[in-house]
Amino acid sequence: MARVRLNNIEKFYGELHAVRGISLDIPEGEFTVIVGPSGCGKSTLLRALAGLEEIDAGTIEIGDEVVNDMAPRDRNIAMVFQNYALYPYMNVYDNIAFGLRARKFPSNEIETRVHQAADMLGITDQLDRLPRQLSGGQRQRVAIGRAIVRDARVFLFDEPLSNLDAKLREEMRVEIKRLHQDLGKTMVYVTHDQIEAMTLADRIVLLRNGKIEQEGAPLDMFERPVSRFVAGFLGSPSMNFIPARLAAENGQINVAFSDGLSLPMPSDRVSGLEPGREVVFGVRTEHITRDRGANGRAGLASLRVKIDLIQPTGTRTYATFQLAGEPVMAELEAHDVERPGEQLSLFFDMNRIVLIDPETDLVIQ
Amino acid sequence: MTAVSVQQPLGVASSKGWWARKANRRLVVRYIVATIVTIIFLFPVYWLFIMAFKTPEEVFASPPVWLPSDFSLDGFVELFRDGDVNTVMNSLITAGTSTVFAMFFGTIAAYSLARFKTGGDNLAIWIISQRMIPPITIVFPLFLMYALLGWIDSFHGLILLYTAFNLPYVIWMMRGYIEDIPIELEHSALVDGWTRWQVLWRVVFPMARAGLFATAVFTFIFAWNDFIFALILSRTEVTTFPVQMTRFFGHQQTFWGKIGAMSVIGTLPIFFAVAAMQRFIVRGISMGAVKG
Repeated sequence: MARVRLNNIEKFYGELHAVRGISLDIPEGEFTVIVGPSGCGKSTLLRALAGLEEIDAGTIEIGDEVVNDMAPRDRNIAMVFQNYALYPYMNVYDNIAFGLRARKFPSNEIETRVHQAADMLGITDQLDRLPRQLSGGQRQRVAIGRAIVRDARVFLFDEPLSNLDAKLREEMRVEIKRLHQDLGKTMVYVTHDQIEAMTLADRIVLLRNGKIEQEGAPLDMFERPVSRFVAGFLGSPSMNFIPARLAAENGQINVAFSDGLSLPMPSDRVSGLEPGREVVFGVRTEHITRDRGANGRAGLASLRVKIDLIQPTGTRTYATFQLAGEPVMAELEAHDVERPGEQLSLFFDMNRIVLIDPETDLVIQ
Repeated sequence: MTAVSVQQPLGVASSKGWWARKANRRLVVRYIVATIVTIIFLFPVYWLFIMAFKTPEEVFASPPVWLPSDFSLDGFVELFRDGDVNTVMNSLITAGTSTVFAMFFGTIAAYSLARFKTGGDNLAIWIISQRMIPPITIVFPLFLMYALLGWIDSFHGLILLYTAFNLPYVIWMMRGYIEDIPIELEHSALVDGWTRWQVLWRVVFPMARAGLFATAVFTFIFAWNDFIFALILSRTEVTTFPVQMTRFFGHQQTFWGKIGAMSVIGTLPIFFAVAAMQRFIVRGISMGAVKG
């Protein structure tokens, strides 16, 4: 087990600047998820950490040693790949034992460890099968088994669940989380899926164009995004963004939309807000609720809207309406709205909304 | 096919019975056509083999002798008595050894081209272009070089030449097969603790097995069938069997029995190689066809 430290990593692919000066400190035993849209450099970073990709500048430390010039085999890491990377001509047992054989473990030790790993993942009765005889989920278990069977210092996961269907992905997510809790190893996990990032991570590192946009605990990042990109990336359905302008009225500051509607900002959130300023108003779907007349609660602002689209999911119903010409989605309770065309009063939780500078895309408030 | 085996109850003249009979007739026609085509294609092979067992008179008999009167092994006996079979041995040694060398070095080079992008895209094209040179254009300069080095009529001379001549083919083919292997398999093995060479041995070779066998068989066949290099660069010591064959056409006499017998012997290694590796070759060829 070991900490991992990246200092000012740079990576070019010809003209393309894939990784731009990334520094990251991953404490021992932490589950870090590197997340971002495709092409943001997250896989490059992970592969650099594994030694499969050379970096152009910076240092990588595992434990207390700089591993820049170390071959992958000497870094003592384990890695799980998106397409499983199982050897089709070896059975499950040999696939899991492959890394132990490379490191010259005695055969009885190999047997014990392989069976231990197989037990942990529930694949003991598949040990003599070939990979092609397994389902996608079983294959990924074998791939994970191959990683955990060694006492690697760091575990790397490169989008391990992307090839699985939605249901299996949820199951495996739970297993990976449990594995981390049981083993307590340092794990670095790369994904483009924000749900995986939110559910698995002790800490999320959100990359964009080869740079860290924001890092932190999942809920911190969800509740306090630094930019429009972070606010929009985390959360599903993603946050609504509506262009607006700040206006002063009766001693308070309102968020005024182009169609004449406006919402008052709570008095404790107005410092530094100048009237007249252009902003982007960001509100999550779950922070718009049906107005049931609880107007006394601080920070709730009501608007009357006409619902033009509803999507019931069973537990909740997504209702879409127009605000300043933009479609806005609210996550209401299942029976809050029955059919499109209904007029409703909705509460906006102004304590939870964000205001974004349209020039810089950074969150102001 | 299933319609053919359907048993109709007696006295039931259903439309299904009519269909079954029609399908049956179609099948018979197909078999007849297939048999005729097979006979046409196999006839030259048959004629070659049968010549080995004929007496000299039977070779030229008119009307032709379809089956020799007795299966005379004289041709084979003469080949062994006169030492002509040594040339088959020479062919086996030169073709076999050069195949091993070409496969080994070619596969390593192909790995380098495929995985490290050695020389970019142009080097691979340049390498395969070497294969396109007509052998006859380089054989006389080579003769002069070999004469200078004293390599004429030597095993190492021919083996080196066949290796060099087949390398581009091996590199080109193996590059395609190696590129088809998911690179994650190799990455996983590297992370697991194997060295590059071990990865080559334990991951790349097993994964490219079909391609390796197919390429090796073709490489062997190219060397086995070579005539022009062996003709110019050998004298009496390291004569290969195609060259020896021409010597059976004498000024006074043509040894048809020997020609037939030698043809049979010369075909056998290829026949067995292809038969033994048929499974791999078909897979190997189609694998390369998809990509590479």
